[in-house]
Amino acid sequence: MTELPRISAGRRRKDRIMRGLLAAATGVALVPLVLVIYYLIYKGAGQWSGQFFTSDPNGNFLGYPGGIRSAILGTIEIVALATLISVPLGIAVALYLVEYGKKSLFANVVRYFVDVMTGVPSIVFGLFIYIVLVVAHVGGNFTAWKGSVAISLLMLPIVARSAEVVLNLVPGSLREAALALGAPRWRVVTRVVLPTAASGLVTGSLLAIARGAGETAPLLFTLGTANGLTFNLSQQMNTLPTQIFSDITSPRNAIVARAWGAALTLVVLVLILNLIARAAQRRSRLA
Amino acid sequence: MIRPDTQSKEPTVVSPPDSTQQGSTAREEAPDVSALGAPKPQGDGHNVVLEGLSAYYGKMHVIKDVNLTFPAGEVTAIIGPSGSGKSTVIRCINRMHEEIPGAHAAGAVKLDDLDVYDPQVDITSVRRLIGMVFQKPNPFPTMSIFDNVAAGMRLTGIRGENVRERVHKALRAVGLWGEVKNRLDQPGIGLSGGQQQRLCIARTIAVEPEVILMDEPCSALDPIATLKVEELIDELKARYTIVIVTHNMQQAARVADTTVFMLDGEVIEHAPTTELFTTPKDERTERYVTGKFG
Repeated sequence: MTELPRISAGRRRKDRIMRGLLAAATGVALVPLVLVIYYLIYKGAGQWSGQFFTSDPNGNFLGYPGGIRSAILGTIEIVALATLISVPLGIAVALYLVEYGKKSLFANVVRYFVDVMTGVPSIVFGLFIYIVLVVAHVGGNFTAWKGSVAISLLMLPIVARSAEVVLNLVPGSLREAALALGAPRWRVVTRVVLPTAASGLVTGSLLAIARGAGETAPLLFTLGTANGLTFNLSQQMNTLPTQIFSDITSPRNAIVARAWGAALTLVVLVLILNLIARAAQRRSRLA
Repeated sequence: MIRPDTQSKEPTVVSPPDSTQQGSTAREEAPDVSALGAPKPQGDGHNVVLEGLSAYYGKMHVIKDVNLTFPAGEVTAIIGPSGSGKSTVIRCINRMHEEIPGAHAAGAVKLDDLDVYDPQVDITSVRRLIGMVFQKPNPFPTMSIFDNVAAGMRLTGIRGENVRERVHKALRAVGLWGEVKNRLDQPGIGLSGGQQQRLCIARTIAVEPEVILMDEPCSALDPIATLKVEELIDELKARYTIVIVTHNMQQAARVADTTVFMLDGEVIEHAPTTELFTTPKDERTERYVTGKFG
């Protein structure tokens, strides 16, 4: 029996150095993250008040510049419409890819373009809608629903991709069981595949919504500028990202401060969506 | 220690004395196939006949010109080493084989006079007539015990108020009624493996098929659960034509009236079970059943 070799001092030293380097790199990566959150809370939390959430920007040169009520509600309205467009469409695309198209040439082409669309910069979607809907004067000039369309273009590939992953997780044995009972394919999809994947589909959609809610670029030249509160999607509308964008360049300190308050609000909204998505994920019946 | 009385292993459900469901509590565990109706008179069952069946995965020819008859009212076992095409053969009978991308079959599978592969035939009605039980229990995870058994009817669009009655009948027939009658609304995946497999058999017979195909139904089960499923197969054969694929030769010997030995996609021998195991005609069969290969 030979003796087991011992770990040399050199190897121990190398191990310590490498561990130290990795920890340091993690620390460096955390610095901007912590700073962003610190700054948001430091600058933004002071702005939060009852008035801040219940008043609209008023354009007054003196006194309180108004809050962000119209921006919050505008964001919710626009993202809600974008969700109504992109979630059913995205899940339909994923269903086609997983249940029908499978490995066919057309399905692979669609899959490739969905991937490409995921990487398209968001400002390109804004520009596209600006050209085909705003400049072309389809149903008015700048309107809220055009912003929704731009956002939905951004969300569509995210929804489709995540839904495809979730639908692929549904075990093939369940589809086989249902088919072997004599079920037509559409009933297999609606009664077995979709209910089994439901919580995963919800999670993917919520993450896409969170992503869409925070985007500024698709809104910059699609929904124009407005201060007042409106529920009419064919008018111009205020949103959190566009309000932050215009406020932050203002010469008035009170308006710059409002931008920070709005930014913190936006981050909290996205955080809440993420938390709900995680909760839905945890209830999932799939791995 | 395994006691022959497996009843004591199960959680005993005490029903209130005024329960109308009380029935014969002692017998509740045993499959009660009579609930499904009287056995069919001799000659009334349905034979399954394979005529020149070939099956392919892409260009790979895996089942080569198989001719077999599975008679009504009998259990036929298919044995053979891994990759011999046992499962593929039975997946051709209810046309599940073609669900695999690139797979197709040629030849004829006849359910009495009906050719299952006739282009005029609706594939869903074929599968309704020929039920299938899979290797691993696969209850629907989103559905309760009741809904799992009712799933076959709901998925095929069978309506009517007798769904409840048929679910109860099917659960009695697989001997699961006593174990689950008080928790029909709980998820089917909460049951043990053996109970899940019997649930899947209940789901299959609730659609009232003529033929039941079983693809290694006990390979994921423990010995006690296996015993229960085997007893159940014995009870069910009076009403259904049963074809069972198995890796386990003892199981084939226990449950099957006739046994088919397959090798490399071809039928080597088809004989009454005792004959095949004791006096095989083919040398390859003998070598396989005596454990010399496979």
